[in-house]
Amino acid sequence: MNVQRGVELVVGVFVLAGIAALMVMALQWSNFGASRVSGYEITARFDNIGGLTVQSPVKLAGLTIGRVDSIELDSETFQAEVHMVIDDRYDNLPTDSFANIYTAGLLGAQYVEISPGGALESLEDGDRITMTQSAIILESVVSKFLFDKAKE
Amino acid sequence: MSRVVDAIARLGRMVIGGVRHAGSMALFAVELAWVLMPSWARPRDIFQQVYAAGVLSLVIIIVAGGFVGLVLGLQGYNILSNFNASESLGVMVALSLVRELGPVVAALLFAGRAGSAITAEIALMKTTEQLAALEMMAVDPLRRVIGPRFWGAMISVPLLAALFSMVGIIGGYLIGVVVLGVDQASYWGQIAEQMEAWEDVGGGAIKSLAFGAVIALIAVYEGYRAEPTASGMARATTQTVVLSSLAVLGLDFVMTAFMFGA
Repeated sequence: MNVQRGVELVVGVFVLAGIAALMVMALQWSNFGASRVSGYEITARFDNIGGLTVQSPVKLAGLTIGRVDSIELDSETFQAEVHMVIDDRYDNLPTDSFANIYTAGLLGAQYVEISPGGALESLEDGDRITMTQSAIILESVVSKFLFDKAKE
Repeated sequence: MSRVVDAIARLGRMVIGGVRHAGSMALFAVELAWVLMPSWARPRDIFQQVYAAGVLSLVIIIVAGGFVGLVLGLQGYNILSNFNASESLGVMVALSLVRELGPVVAALLFAGRAGSAITAEIALMKTTEQLAALEMMAVDPLRRVIGPRFWGAMISVPLLAALFSMVGIIGGYLIGVVVLGVDQASYWGQIAEQMEAWEDVGGGAIKSLAFGAVIALIAVYEGYRAEPTASGMARATTQTVVLSSLAVLGLDFVMTAFMFGA
C-alpha cells in the first residue's frame, strides 16, 4: 500500500512537471501574450510593404509599442493598408507622426517604425497616419546604384 | 536461371511478410481500441505503467535534452555569429527543439529505453504462459496487461518531449548567455517574439502525442505476438526498437509536411 502510494505520488509529480513544461513554453516563452495586444488601432497606407507580416512589431525609438494586426490591399489606390494595434500606454502619439518600414539588421524581419511628429493632438482609435515611407527593397536600391554608376 | 527466380521469390516473400505484419498490426490495433477505455476501470494499473515507462525514463531524457541544448547553443552561435545574428540564438535553439528535436529525439530515446522494456515484459509473460493463465481465469489479458501499458507509454511520451525541449532551451541559455555572452534579454526576447503558442508548441505536442501512440502500439504488439521462445523474445525486442524508430522518423516527415510545409 505504501509503495503504491509512493508510485502514485511520483507519477503525479511527473505528469504535473510535463504539463507545466508545456504550459511554460506555450504561455510564458512564446508570443502567446504578445499576440493579443490590447490597445487602439491605427492604420497607414504604404506603396510597398516588403516583407511586413501580421504580428510584425511596431516600434518607436526602437521599443516595441504595438503589433501589425492585419494587412489588406486597397483596391482603389493599389496601396497596402496596414492596421496596427498600439498599446494603450502610448496614447499620445502626435497626429503628424511618420510611419516607415525598416528591416532589423541586414537580413532580419521587417517592422514599422513610428517617428513622432510635432502636432499637439494625438492619434486615436481608427485614425490614419498619412505620411508613410515604403519598405526599402534591396534589389531596387542596388539597381539604382548600378544605373547611377553606369551614367557617370 | 533458378538463382534469379529464387531471388525474385525471396523478394516476394519479404514483401508479403511485411504486408502481413502491417495488416495483423492494424487488426491488433482495432482489437486494442475496444479495450482502451475499459482499461481505465483500474487507473492504478495505468499509473504504475506511467511510472515504469515515464518516470524511470526521466533521467535519460533530461540528460539528453540538456546536452542537445548545449550542442545546439554552441553550433548555432558559431553559425549565427558569421551573420552578426547571434541575438537570434534563442529562437533558433527554441524552435528547433520545440518543433523537431524535442518530439523526435525524446521519442527515439523512449523507444529504446521504455518501448523495448514493454515488449520484453509482455513477451516474457507470453513465453511463461502468464497471459494464457490469465485467460484461463477469464481475465482478458488485453484489458489487464496490454491496455495499461499502451496508456502508460502514450501518456509519457508527450510529457517527456515537453521536458526535453524545456531542458534543452535552458541548456542553450547556459552556453549562449552564460558562457558565450549572448545578450540575455535578446535570447528570451527573440523566443517570445517568434515562437507561436499554437503552431510551434502545440504542433510539437501533437507530434509527440502521435509518436507516443505509435511507439506504444508497436511495443505492445511486438510483445503480444512474439514467438514464445528465448530467441523470439530477443527478436521482438529488436523489432520494437527498429520499427518504432523508423515509424517515428517517417511519421515525423509526414506530419511536418502537413503542419509546417507551405
